[in-house]
Amino acid sequence: MSAVINNVVSARGLRKGYKNKLALNGTDFDIPVGRIVGLIGPNGAGKTTALKAILGLIPFDGQLAVLGKDPRTQRDELMNDVCFIADVAVLPRWMKVKEAIEFVAGVHPRFDAAKCRRFLEGTQLTPGLRVREMSKGMIVQLHLALVMAIDAKLLVLDEPTLGLDILYRKQFYQRLLEDYFDEEKTILVTTHQVEEIEHILTDVMFIRDGKIVLNAPMDELGNRYAEVLVNADKLDAARGLKPIDERALPFGKTVMLFDGANPGQLALLGETRTPGLADLFVATMKGTYA
Amino acid sequence: MNTSVDAMALDADRPRAPRAAPHATHKLKLLLRREFWEHKGGFLWAPVWAGGISLVLTLMALIFGEVAARRAAASGKLQIDGDVMINGLDLGMITSKMDAEDLRKLAGGIDLSMLSSSMWPLIVLGFVVFFYCLGSLYDERKDRSVLFWKSLPVSDRDTVLSKAASALLVAPTLAIGAAIATMFAFLLLLSVFVLLHNGNPIQLLWGAGNPLANAGLMLAAIPVYALWALPTVGWLLLCSAWSRSKPFLWAIVIPLFAGIFITWFDVMNLFDLESGWFWKNVVARLLGGVFPGTWIDVANTDGLRFKTPGDMFGHLDALKAMYSVLATTQLWIGAAAGIAMITGAIRLRRWRDEG
Repeated sequence: MSAVINNVVSARGLRKGYKNKLALNGTDFDIPVGRIVGLIGPNGAGKTTALKAILGLIPFDGQLAVLGKDPRTQRDELMNDVCFIADVAVLPRWMKVKEAIEFVAGVHPRFDAAKCRRFLEGTQLTPGLRVREMSKGMIVQLHLALVMAIDAKLLVLDEPTLGLDILYRKQFYQRLLEDYFDEEKTILVTTHQVEEIEHILTDVMFIRDGKIVLNAPMDELGNRYAEVLVNADKLDAARGLKPIDERALPFGKTVMLFDGANPGQLALLGETRTPGLADLFVATMKGTYA
Repeated sequence: MNTSVDAMALDADRPRAPRAAPHATHKLKLLLRREFWEHKGGFLWAPVWAGGISLVLTLMALIFGEVAARRAAASGKLQIDGDVMINGLDLGMITSKMDAEDLRKLAGGIDLSMLSSSMWPLIVLGFVVFFYCLGSLYDERKDRSVLFWKSLPVSDRDTVLSKAASALLVAPTLAIGAAIATMFAFLLLLSVFVLLHNGNPIQLLWGAGNPLANAGLMLAAIPVYALWALPTVGWLLLCSAWSRSKPFLWAIVIPLFAGIFITWFDVMNLFDLESGWFWKNVVARLLGGVFPGTWIDVANTDGLRFKTPGDMFGHLDALKAMYSVLATTQLWIGAAAGIAMITGAIRLRRWRDEG
């Protein structure tokens, strides 16, 4: 079985329309095993719809296999190996910490209650505490502890840290990386805080208008894209190499972003460096809201 | 950009934890327990409080009666049997003057008053189940906790069925437990009262009445309740799973307007039926079935006709009358409709997209 499933997720021609807008418009992508993939796109680009399709939460058209199963028809079996945090603070407000642990332990064959309690050590989350008495950050802490104690093959995170302060956000991704991720697990994450997850991603996908516009391993991005700090006197020469984006800095310098340009040529124009994911995103999504 | 490599390296350094072996699960048990955790207030405390309040009211009535009787006796107005005037109320004396027929009537009266003392938890049950069903699939969408429940390997079918089972079996069992407890507390209260008046509570109450048969009768009502309430529970769950807002309004308005429409245009005449038929067999069954005893209308109560007002309350006759409901087509057609609506609620929960 496992030899057949090299891709945790394999999507071909996904289509999903809401009212008169297509949220997914022939979306194709593959997610191999053991990766941390960031699905990044502007608001309304179809990120959440894509995740919902993978999780079998909505009907859609097209071919989609998650761990070799169709989430539309085999969702019940699939959920033994897939877990997700689909929004911030969706834990039921009446629930106590110990009830949450008891419940998940009773219904999930791959949940390790002892592990979950260990994750909660050193936090303010006591067994008798109710979700409604917690801060947003504490709710996410509890949710993450529950999810990390599940030995799932695919973990899907949709804006898991929205509205949290930076301490909780940093802690969230750090824990995920240190205590959860390994080569048999796959994590698919969406967020707007691109800079914060950039360093933990192994792969990145940009989605725009329901289509995947970029799908590459992070280290490949460094080979393909380059950012050059161009002096005012070399502007015309630089523009001749067709940058995909440029923005002016104070003191007459301009930063240009190149896709697949010759590194030797670029070095002559000025100081070069690997662009950040956020800059790349902005350049790729230019004109989205126009 | 090179940090992805770090992530992999960091991972490789770490010893691989062995993949945990799957352990056994008890999904149904946990699903039911989860409903109980969330609705402990309605399922358990509401009937207990209702029973408690009815006991307090009984106690107040007893004290009030006691005071009034003592006043009357003091002014010499209270007479027993015309010639014996007593200082205060001497129940031992009254019992001694009763013949077998009187005792039989007393027993019937005590059984009935015991049953009515335990009525309050059961009335509360109707409201609890009604609002529980209406909220059960709506609230989880409203506060988005459905996204948490759906992240676990529990099917929509099991989830909805656990909610139906909570409404049809767990809640009535707890309410009937509270009702039985109330009944016994009521008897204890009366016993104290009887003792204060030199009566023998064992003879007068516990021996004459039949609390155990009453309790048995109530427990025997659970399956009838579950089947009879199915269409209401199904309808409310369907509304709960379907409506985007105000499930209460939809649940009430749709059957009500259907009824008004049908009455207005005399639609039922097409089937040679009165409009009243629709109100009784559709509207009432969709909305009122969760109230215990609403089946009395279709029950065969011939065995229960009291020849005289003082006739003894026959437990066996009452049981027979209650189970005669199981032989009616109304019950089974309603139950089938309820199951169909629950199936609809399961489908809606599976595919409803909360954007």
